[in-house]
Amino acid sequence: MLVGNGMAGMRTLEELLKLAPDKYAITVFGAEPHPNYNRILLSPVLTGEKQFSEIVLNDDAWYAEHGITLHKGKAVIEINRRSRSVRAADGTTAAYDRLLLATGSSPFLLPVPGNNLPGVIGFRDFADVETMLLAAREYRHAVVIGGGLLGLEAANGLMKQGMKVTVVHLPDALMERQLDAPAAKMLKKSLEDRGLEFVLKGVTKEIIGKNRVHGVALEDGREFTADLVVMAVGIRPNIELAKKAGLYCERGVVVSDTLQTYDPSIYAVGECVQHRKQTYGLVAPLFEQAKVCANHLAHFGISRYEGSMTSTKLKVTGIDLFSAGNFTGNDQTEEIVLQDAGAGVYKKVVLKDNRIQGAVMYGDTMDGAWYFQLMRDGTDVSGMRNKLLFGQAHLGDSGHGDIKSRVSSMSDSTEICGCNGVCKGVIVKTITDKKLFTLDEVRAHTKASSSCGSCTGLVEALLASTLGGDYSTTPKKKPMCPCTEHSHDDVRLAIRSQSLKTIPAVFRALEWKTPDGCNKCRPALNFYLLVAWPGEYADDNQSRFINERAHANIQKDGTYSVIPRIWGGETTPAQLRSLAEIAEKYQVPTVHITGGQRIDFLGIPKETLPAMWGDLSQAGFVSGHAYGKAIRTVKTCVGKTWCRFGTQDSTALGIELEKMTWGSWTPHKFKLAVSGCPRNCAEATIKDFGVVCVDSGYELHVGGNGGVKVRATDFLCAVKTPEEVKEYCAAFLQVYREEAHYLERTAPWVERVGLTYVKQRVAEDAAGRKKLAERFWYSQTFAQVDPWAARAKGADRHEFIPLKQIA
Amino acid sequence: MNDWIEVGTLEDIPRQGARVVRTAEGDIAVFRTLDDEVFALRDKCPHKGGPLSQGIVHGRRVACPLHDWKIHLDTGLAVAPDEGCAARFPVKLLDGRVYLSPKIESRTVAGTAG
Repeated sequence: MLVGNGMAGMRTLEELLKLAPDKYAITVFGAEPHPNYNRILLSPVLTGEKQFSEIVLNDDAWYAEHGITLHKGKAVIEINRRSRSVRAADGTTAAYDRLLLATGSSPFLLPVPGNNLPGVIGFRDFADVETMLLAAREYRHAVVIGGGLLGLEAANGLMKQGMKVTVVHLPDALMERQLDAPAAKMLKKSLEDRGLEFVLKGVTKEIIGKNRVHGVALEDGREFTADLVVMAVGIRPNIELAKKAGLYCERGVVVSDTLQTYDPSIYAVGECVQHRKQTYGLVAPLFEQAKVCANHLAHFGISRYEGSMTSTKLKVTGIDLFSAGNFTGNDQTEEIVLQDAGAGVYKKVVLKDNRIQGAVMYGDTMDGAWYFQLMRDGTDVSGMRNKLLFGQAHLGDSGHGDIKSRVSSMSDSTEICGCNGVCKGVIVKTITDKKLFTLDEVRAHTKASSSCGSCTGLVEALLASTLGGDYSTTPKKKPMCPCTEHSHDDVRLAIRSQSLKTIPAVFRALEWKTPDGCNKCRPALNFYLLVAWPGEYADDNQSRFINERAHANIQKDGTYSVIPRIWGGETTPAQLRSLAEIAEKYQVPTVHITGGQRIDFLGIPKETLPAMWGDLSQAGFVSGHAYGKAIRTVKTCVGKTWCRFGTQDSTALGIELEKMTWGSWTPHKFKLAVSGCPRNCAEATIKDFGVVCVDSGYELHVGGNGGVKVRATDFLCAVKTPEEVKEYCAAFLQVYREEAHYLERTAPWVERVGLTYVKQRVAEDAAGRKKLAERFWYSQTFAQVDPWAARAKGADRHEFIPLKQIA
Repeated sequence: MNDWIEVGTLEDIPRQGARVVRTAEGDIAVFRTLDDEVFALRDKCPHKGGPLSQGIVHGRRVACPLHDWKIHLDTGLAVAPDEGCAARFPVKLLDGRVYLSPKIESRTVAGTAG
C-alpha cells in the first residue's frame, strides 16, 4: 500500500516491480486527481515551455498494466496500525501488510493576516500552476514571497505569462541557501534585466484584500498591489497523518537507514521523511531512497541509505546557475575563484585537503556535474588545481572538450554514438518518449554509449539537458552489475577478507540476486579471484569472454585473428619466413601489420586455430595475448644501437620488460613502450606504462591512452637502471591489478585514485614497492604458460571442434 | 514428428557453455545451463548474425559475443528492449544423451519470455 502518488513513492514502486514483480498486490492512494507526474517540470509548464501531458510519468494504463489499484483524488486521513488499514476522506478503506508513506511536503504559509484569502497560493502541485495560469489571464500584478529556488521559478513563469511580478525576500540576497553573495548579485541583476522587481530584506506584515487578495503590506510601510500572491518561503514535510497514527516524527517522519519508521511494517520515502536529522526537497536523494526502500520491501535486505549530497540548478531558461555542497567555506578550507562580471561568469570551488567540498557557478555551469562528481568521489584534485576552474575541457583530453555546449549546438541528425550510429534526435526523443532517467536506460533503449563508451559524456550531457539537469548522474557507490548491490571495491575486499576462492562462493557470501551471475560480473569475478589467489584459483573458462576462452580475437564473421608475440617488436628474416610459410599453408586471407609492431593473421576458422598454433609454436612463437585483458605489446624504437639520437638500449629493455610481463591478466588491456630518447618515436607517453630513455637514465610515465580518449601519461619518476625500471613496472602493474575495477584502463584509474596515490605506492614507498613487485613476479610463475602450445597439444579440445556434423 | 538425432552426451557440452552442431543448413548452437538444461538455437544472433554459441551463458540467457545482445535460450527472443528472434530447434535429454531435431520449431512464440 502506497500513500502518496508522487515521484518518490512511485519511483519506489517501480524499483520494487523490477526486483519482485509479484510479491505484493499494490494499492496506491493519491490526493491529487492526476496520475503520477514529474513535479520538477512544473516550472516549464508554468512558463508554457511544456504541456502537462508531457510531464506525466505513469499514465492510468500503466497502473492497470501492473495490476495496481489506484485511488486518485482520495486523501488518506487515518492509518489504523492495529488493524493495518487506512481510511480516505471519502470513506474508502483498504488493508495493508506493508505501508509506504510518501506524503511529500506542503508550502509553508506565512502566519500573517490575510494568508487565507483567495488568490494566495503556494507553488507545489499542478492545481497551483492552473491557478497561476488563470490569474495571469485575468490579472496584472503578482507578488512572490520568497526569493529561493521555487520562488524565482514561479516569478519567472508568471512574468513569462505577462504579469508584472515583484519578489519579496526576507534575507539580503537571493537564493541564500544555494548561492554566495557575488553569485546572488549577478543573478539578481540578470533577473532585473528581464523585468522582475525585487524587495530584499522585505518583511511581510499583512496580505491585504477583502474577497480576494489585493496587495501586500510590508513592516516598513510599503505596499504592493497584488492580484495573486505566491508563497514560496519553504516547505514543510506532511507528517500529520503519520503523527496521528502515533509514528515518531520530528521535522519529518523519522526513518532508519532502511527507510523504516518506528513501526517496522511502515516505510516512508521522499520529502516527508527525516533521515539522520536531514530532510530533502530535491529529486536525486528521493530516488536514492526509493532504491534502498524497494530493496527492503522486496526482502533482499542488503542495501542502506546513508544520506545524499545534493546539487541545485535553477530552471529558468537562459540563466545558468549551479551550486553544490559546502560552498561558503570555513577556516579550514581554501577557495579558488574566477570572476568575470563583464561576461557574466562567476565560479567558485571550495577545497579542503585538495578535495572539493562545494561549488557555486553562475553564467557558465557546464562543469557543474563534473565538480559534483569529483566532490562525491572525494577525488584528489592537486594535479589539476591550476586548471580546475577552466573546466574538464581543459584537462587535455583532446577532441572531447566543451561537451555541454557541443551537444546543445548539435543538430538532431548529428551522430552521437559512432559505434552504433545513434543520432542526437533519436536519443532525445527516446529519453522523452520512454521517460528515461539514467545512462543505463538510455544505453538499453538506444544502444548509444553501450559499446566503446567514448560518447558517454555526450549522452550524459543530453540526459541532463533533456531532463533539466536535476538528475543524479551516477550513484556514489555503483553496483558492479544488476546482479548485486555491491560495488567493485566491496567485492574485492570481501574476496580477500572472507577468503572467497570460487565464483559460487562469492555469489553465496555476497547474496547475489541471480543464480549464476551475468556476462558482466562473471568475467570481473574470475579476474578478481585470479589476482587474489595466484596459483590457487582455478580459472573458470566459462566466465571468460570468447576471445580469452579461445585465445584469439573473434571477428564479425565468426572467424578469428591470430597475433603471435614478437618480443619488443624486433624480428628476424627467419621468423618472418616461418610466418610467411604458415600464412601460406593456412591460406590466410589477410595479413596485417598492427599498431603494436606485430603481424596479424585474419580470417582463421576456429577449428584451424590449434593446428596453426602448433606450427607457430614449432617456429618459436607464443601467444601475443592480443585478444585479452592482458599484457599486449611493448613497443620500442631501435635505440642507441642504431639511432644517432639514442641514449639507451631501448629495444633490449623493451624485450626484457615484455619477457617479464607477458602472460599476466590485467583489469583491461595493458600496453607498454620504451623510447630511446625524448623524441619518443615509440610513443611511450600514450601507453599504460611508458619508458623514455634519457642520458642520465629512464623516465617512467603511467596512465596514457591513445585510443578511445587520448590521454598523455603522467610522469611517475626517473630511475637510473634497467633493474629499477623493471621493479617499478612490476609494482605499478600489481597495484593496478589489485585495485583497479575490471575493465578500467590505467588512464581513468589513475584519474580516479589520483597520481599522488600512485606515486606514493610505486615511487615513494620503497618497501611497499618491493612487496608489490614480488607479488607480481610470484603471480607470473603461474601465468607464463603459453596457452597456444597447450591447446595445440589438445587442451580444451571441445572448444575448437563441432559437437557433431550432420550431413 | 521430430527426427531425433543423437549429437553427443551432456558432458560433451561445458556447463554454462555451448557446442556447435554443423548441418547443411547452417550451424546450430546447443546450450547447457548451470542447471543442466539444454536448449538449441540457430547459431546466428538476430542482430548481426554473431555466433551465439560463442557467448557467455548465464541463467537461461546467452550474451552474443559481437555486440552483447542478450537472447533468451528458451524462446530465442532477444531480451527487451532489443527486438529479434533466433530460430529454435527441438532438443531433448535422454539418459545423459543429447538429441536434436534439425527442424526449426514454430517461429511464433506466444506471450513474452520470462
